Amino acid sequence: MSRAETTTAVSPWSVVAGMGRRLVLAALAGAAADLAGVALIASAAWLITRAAEQPPLAALSVAIVAVRAFATTRGVFRYGERLAGHDVALRAQASTRERLYRALIPAGPLPQRGADLLSRMVDDTDAVQDLLVRCLLPAAAALITGVAAVVIVGFLLPAAAFALAAGLLVAGVLLPAGTAAAARRWSARIAPARADLAARVADLVHGAADLAAYGARDRALSAAMDADGRLSRLERRQARINAAALGLGMLTQGLTVVAVVLTAQAAGLDRVATAVAALTSLVAFEPALPLAAAGERFAGVVAALRRLRETAATPPAVREPADPAPAPESPLTVEVDDLVVRHGGREPALNGVSLTLTPGRRVAVVGPSGAGKSTLLSALMRTVEIESGTIRLNGTDVRRLSSDDVRALVTGLTQDPYVFQATVGDNLRLAGPEASAEDVGAAVRRARLDTWAERTGWDTVLGEDGRTVSGGQLQRLALARALLYDPPVLLLDEPAEALDEETADLLMADLLDATRGRTTLLVTHRLRGLEQVDEIVVLEGGRVTQRGTHADLVAVPGYYRDLWESEALTRHRG
Amino acid sequence: MHKDLLRLARAERGVRVHLACCLAAAVLAGLLVLVQAELLAGVLSGRFAVAALLPLALVVACRGLLGWAQGVLAGRAATALKSALRRLLLGRVEGLGPAYRSGELVTLAGRGLDALDPYLTGYLPSVAVAGIVPLAVVVRLFVADLATAVIVVLTLPLIPVFGALVGWTTKTVTERQWRALARLGGHFLDVVRGLPTLRAFGRARYQASVIREVAEAHRAATMRTLRVAFLSSLVLELVASLSLALVAVPVGLRLLSGSLDLRTALLVLLLAPEAYLPLRAMGTRFHAAMEGVAAADEAFAVIDPPREAVAEPPQQAVAEPPREAGRTAAPAGATRIARRATPDGGPPEIRLEDVTVRYPGREETALDRVSLVIRPGERVAIAGPSGAGKSTLLHLLLGFVTPSEGRVLADGTDLADLDLDEWRRRLAFVPQRPHLFATSVADNIALGSAAGPDEIRAAAEAAQVAEFAGALPQGYDTPLGERGANLSAGQRQRVALARAFCRPAAQVLLLDEPTARLDGRSEAAVVAATRRLAEGRTAIIVAHRPAMIDLADRVVRLDGGVLVHPVPAPSISTQGGEAR
Repeated sequence: MSRAETTTAVSPWSVVAGMGRRLVLAALAGAAADLAGVALIASAAWLITRAAEQPPLAALSVAIVAVRAFATTRGVFRYGERLAGHDVALRAQASTRERLYRALIPAGPLPQRGADLLSRMVDDTDAVQDLLVRCLLPAAAALITGVAAVVIVGFLLPAAAFALAAGLLVAGVLLPAGTAAAARRWSARIAPARADLAARVADLVHGAADLAAYGARDRALSAAMDADGRLSRLERRQARINAAALGLGMLTQGLTVVAVVLTAQAAGLDRVATAVAALTSLVAFEPALPLAAAGERFAGVVAALRRLRETAATPPAVREPADPAPAPESPLTVEVDDLVVRHGGREPALNGVSLTLTPGRRVAVVGPSGAGKSTLLSALMRTVEIESGTIRLNGTDVRRLSSDDVRALVTGLTQDPYVFQATVGDNLRLAGPEASAEDVGAAVRRARLDTWAERTGWDTVLGEDGRTVSGGQLQRLALARALLYDPPVLLLDEPAEALDEETADLLMADLLDATRGRTTLLVTHRLRGLEQVDEIVVLEGGRVTQRGTHADLVAVPGYYRDLWESEALTRHRG
Repeated sequence: MHKDLLRLARAERGVRVHLACCLAAAVLAGLLVLVQAELLAGVLSGRFAVAALLPLALVVACRGLLGWAQGVLAGRAATALKSALRRLLLGRVEGLGPAYRSGELVTLAGRGLDALDPYLTGYLPSVAVAGIVPLAVVVRLFVADLATAVIVVLTLPLIPVFGALVGWTTKTVTERQWRALARLGGHFLDVVRGLPTLRAFGRARYQASVIREVAEAHRAATMRTLRVAFLSSLVLELVASLSLALVAVPVGLRLLSGSLDLRTALLVLLLAPEAYLPLRAMGTRFHAAMEGVAAADEAFAVIDPPREAVAEPPQQAVAEPPREAGRTAAPAGATRIARRATPDGGPPEIRLEDVTVRYPGREETALDRVSLVIRPGERVAIAGPSGAGKSTLLHLLLGFVTPSEGRVLADGTDLADLDLDEWRRRLAFVPQRPHLFATSVADNIALGSAAGPDEIRAAAEAAQVAEFAGALPQGYDTPLGERGANLSAGQRQRVALARAFCRPAAQVLLLDEPTARLDGRSEAAVVAATRRLAEGRTAIIVAHRPAMIDLADRVVRLDGGVLVHPVPAPSISTQGGEAR
């Protein structure tokens, strides 16, 4: 992992880095198409007005050829522009995504959580396409065409050229700048209204059962429609501004032509030159007028890119060593000494935790939610930075190892395991691309996933969000992955979570069997079977409050005995 | 225009008027181009005096004004139509049942409908203009110069013909490419979401190259498609510009021979492109418009489900008919009056008689001839493996599901004859995964009731919400975030229990595994609260955990939708029949 990767910014210019040639080509093709359009009208105007003066036919032949040539080339150039533009846009989008992803690999938890925000981030990478195809390339073509038209008219009558230049500046610069500014201002007001509506709609849909049962549906519906009304009002006001830009653009075009004719008549310009100047001016606006709409989009694109930049700049979760030490060899001894970990500026999540995992030893960590159990696993996996204290693998401080090397040794079933949109088999093989079919089968059996896997079929693609996978199956899938990966130190974060009582008991029993003789750190809230592990550590408020074997801990008053008693009490009755 | 959308646009006055005015403004602005060309040709040919520039400026001003009006009116029509659609969609939510893909519905009713904007504000006006303006231009050309008019009339149809031809040949390929694009986005999102998992198994870096390869393959395939698809724009552009050349060159030659005057020639030159322009403008808006059509299709598929889904036997287990739709369309009032008011008094006796529930589209029955009597004030635990029909039983009592066969009686009255709203007022329901709304803690507890702050406090105390509510940043006024994400599972469950405590009038408690995801200590708290809540009420509790089951007078076991022999509880003797 190089440092440059993490600091790569996603700016409007960096997204097209390395494709300058293609970009220039696309812009030139677009300009050529627009210029051909202007030249077509200009030469046709010259042809007709000159012909009206009834010169010899030879005087018109050049114009006739020009009209035909420009008519043909315009379409060809346009075709080239669209192909080149889309090609460069797709390339830019692909490289933006790849770069964003690379920047996220070492990143800590994203400041923005939630599935919607994540999917918006992906949508934001689409903005790169619009930046090129809808904003930058048309603007470049309009600029070149505008300058060319002003030069043509300038040859005929400098005063008229001033009028045209002024008109083009209004339509091609002022109006787009205005719509961009308005879009920036309005999106700042529309975005919260949109989010409010989305939240109310989500409440109405996801909470449908709760609302129906409590007779609160009508009220929730009217709240959602109120939010809709607020959003609609804002959208209407924004539409008014864009409509004004559209109307002003047409007005500018027409008045510019009027001004050009007026200047020409006042200057006593001949009929041919007047017609050419007037019609050139009229057509020169065609590439400039759509820029007002592009300005609106540009504001959105810039905001999207800024969000991406902020996301990509998420600081890395841990500092990587400049010169990593060689990874220690298995068997591994893990020593955690006086470990302090803090998330942000809050109270330490872990406050002086020590424990030792020698090869083959199994340690369970129990404690109420928020006690720091998962933080301990994150620290071991090097996905959260250590504030003070040490974690050593065979004596080497993990801060001297590359985090990838640490995770190759110490990993397993993490919090929130994810099911990819891939087949059952691929979802498993993620943890062992080289594993043999027997190994996969064995891991699946030990995770008690075999029946489900057979019934579902190995080649079944698991749906979006793994929706066809229930919470229990998801947990087993994650467990099977961990067993397949078979790290020297196995971490298991609440493996029985979201399983029903009986299955959870079965799974825990299997798990304790499967991990016998394997270096394991198990985080759990269920105490049954823990008499088999070598040591139990009770975490409360980031500190170790009790440690010992099951027998030690039930003998003394404290969290463990309380929990054991309440579990035993409920277990033996009923 | 989209058939269902048109029907809705006609029915909604705000949409109808604004849309009609918007289209009229667009067409009028298009027709003014003819006047503008007339005046400009007159001035440039020297036929009109310089003073004609004043009316020309006026025409230009009118066009600008109409363009502005068109945009404003289109915005009004679009927002009104989206609001109407949204109202219909959200009114359908309850009728869809829990099986409907809720995430998609949320997106559709939110950002999804915005896809209609380009359709309404861009495409529809351009269709109206394309229908009228070229015709007017051709008529004017016929009057001005027959030869030109003939050329335009002959070439004009080439645009829609070629457009349709190219569109038709590339349609399937283009559609496949769009789907591939969506999949590409989906793949990227998938990988980003799963990054922690990839990191845990050392696969994160490898996926970066996969992203690049997939994107590169997609780009190559897309460019192959676009090379053909953009041929349509090449052809259209060529037809339009070559026609102009076809018009201009003969006109020039005829001017040379003196058989045509300059004003007509200039008019022809200015007008000829205006015949092609509207058709091309319509073509460029077509693609964005089709996304709007797709969104409309999706919306109407939810609002008016396809026929085969509706044509199920009336006794099928579908949830309550949509109330919003029912109010506007069907004579719902009659059925409402026919429904009997719930008999009042203490907790009702609940009797299930041979109830079978079948969900549409599923082979096996969710409940199979279940008969059960629950006496007033009885506490019944329902146990059984997952998928046994436990939740269905609760949904049946809530009226979310109706029996395919058999009936459910409350104090001897069939649930189907009761006013559901009134019946539900007698129930308090705590679902397995309660939804926390994006409002304050207090509003979440008071859901659907007019409880004051004191009652909410009391309910919170009883459900042990008070323990953690005090520690929240704004106490009971703390807003709960996206789907109540900032509370733990146990805390969320207790808020849901507090809801039940907040309805002192409720006589029947329906609890769906209230302790399923809780650790030991939270479980004890919820069990204690439930015990208090059940006092003096009928309680039907779906339970896995022994602690919850202990609470019950009787345990009813379900397996595969069938009632297994009831287990006698220690305190109450029973001879084993389901009806006692």
